[in-house]
Amino acid sequence: MQVTESLGLRDSVATQLSNLSVSVVTLDFGESFSVATGEPVMSLVWKAVANSAKLVILSLLVIVPVSILGGLVAAYKKDSWIDRLIVNTGLAFSAIPDFVAGVFLLAFLAVPFDFFKVQASAPPGSGPLIQIQHLLLPVIAVLMVYFGYIARITRAGTITALDSDYARTAFMRGLSTGRVFRKHIARNALQPTVAVLGTQLGYLFGGMVALEIVFGYQGVGNLIIRAVDRADYPVLRAGVLTVAIIYMLATLGADLLVAWMNPRARQTLGDN
Amino acid sequence: MSETSDLANGDAAKSELDRGPTTSERSAKNQIRREQLRVLYRSPGFLFGVLIVGFWVFAALWPSLLTSVGPKEFVEAGPRVKPGSEAWLGTDKNGWDVYARIIYGARPILIVAPIATAMAVIVGTMLGLVMGYYRGWVDEVLSRVIEAILSIPIILMAILVVFTFGRSTPVIIGTIAVLFVPAITRTIRSAAIAESDLDYVMSAKMRGESGLFIVGREILPNVTGLVVVELTVRLGYAVFTYATLAFLGFVGSNITDADWGIDVSQNYEQIVRDIWWPSIFPAIAIASLVIGVNLIADSIDKALKS
Repeated sequence: MQVTESLGLRDSVATQLSNLSVSVVTLDFGESFSVATGEPVMSLVWKAVANSAKLVILSLLVIVPVSILGGLVAAYKKDSWIDRLIVNTGLAFSAIPDFVAGVFLLAFLAVPFDFFKVQASAPPGSGPLIQIQHLLLPVIAVLMVYFGYIARITRAGTITALDSDYARTAFMRGLSTGRVFRKHIARNALQPTVAVLGTQLGYLFGGMVALEIVFGYQGVGNLIIRAVDRADYPVLRAGVLTVAIIYMLATLGADLLVAWMNPRARQTLGDN
Repeated sequence: MSETSDLANGDAAKSELDRGPTTSERSAKNQIRREQLRVLYRSPGFLFGVLIVGFWVFAALWPSLLTSVGPKEFVEAGPRVKPGSEAWLGTDKNGWDVYARIIYGARPILIVAPIATAMAVIVGTMLGLVMGYYRGWVDEVLSRVIEAILSIPIILMAILVVFTFGRSTPVIIGTIAVLFVPAITRTIRSAAIAESDLDYVMSAKMRGESGLFIVGREILPNVTGLVVVELTVRLGYAVFTYATLAFLGFVGSNITDADWGIDVSQNYEQIVRDIWWPSIFPAIAIASLVIGVNLIADSIDKALKS
């Protein structure tokens, strides 16, 4: 009874919708159902987003250079053994679920080496380096999942760019390989990669539910799972909405970045 | 059961390719299909994938042929025994045989994933073809809906839907199917748009064929390759999604049931106490099935492009 009242389920759909819009605009989703905390929903969500952001940023700092380098090397050495190695390991790793990767890492890294921590959350009050140390295993798991995907996209983009007339001209002008890659290839070859990274960012925030559970990390995914377990509807609603908004912003950011990289895309951006 | 496991086996993919058009004017096309099949059968990735998936399908169909121990049978060795002569892959904290549980655990995942994938591919292909051929405002509206659904991670959506409708097997199959439709629709739609610009569609239109005929008999045969690739790729994702749902505890009503995802979630916390076998072996089972399916998908994709 009380739940029905407090969620406003007796009101008309229009009223409920307008109440929801108000709470979205004012960022006020009420209080958590959880008796123990009774915290405002937004403070829970902010904490989770901050935690997820740490994991996502650290993951990106590792994934982006490693995967792009992998993709570039695979494309440059196309059809060689190193190309096949990169593509096939990437394919195998990106196929396995994130929690499976996490469980393997627990067994093969966390147990034999004290350096790798089982818990991704550092004890409260520890410095950034300790926090990073605790986050290493989930970051490696994310790298395993995403390396193949991003390297493949980069590889495809780079092969197209390498086949182009401007790349051939640049090589024929006698420029060094590094210079051709930096000045001519990178900007064109990496556009698909940037676009894909944008869409994957939203997934990193909300889609790593199982991985967050394995490493006991209090991110957005974990927040949503716990809200589901406790039927904590206000937290659930705000959490899912947050994931969707982050996805939107990330995709928008990626589109703008592509537009900055490619003047032609700038003009078509308006048509879409 | 046998129908669904055929899909996992890649047999459906094969029969799809075998069933070429019979009319003589299309014999050239038949020739190409045969060439592609030959490439497929010779690729080591495909054979390896079929071997792995075939083993799990066998385990799902006749588990008792592969193990004499039941999934909930207390073996003599006792609980938490290391892999060895008493129990191949050891026993878990309940004293159950890990190997037997893995063999019996193949069934739930191989029931859900192929059925869900087949449903999603059928609906997604129909929607994609219709949207791509007719375009117009229906296409516009549905495209926006698809983008909206794709903006939330699939696993999150699945959790919400299963949470709302209960965690029975039909709900899980339906959820995975519905959540996979948007991505399939988008792929098929863009292929249908490209096909619709070609001359044969124009000539069919000028012959006065109905839209339904053009979509079903003209465009569909030309995108079957893509449909087969989607089928196998999505099957991999379905295994992935089901395993994750099981790990998170959104599958079935009983956590003692033999199920790879559930077994991992029940036992992974003991890894830090050096009892790794009850969770690592089911995890390897999940990984091998997904990789097997992906090997098949990748080889089919390559064969079609050869």
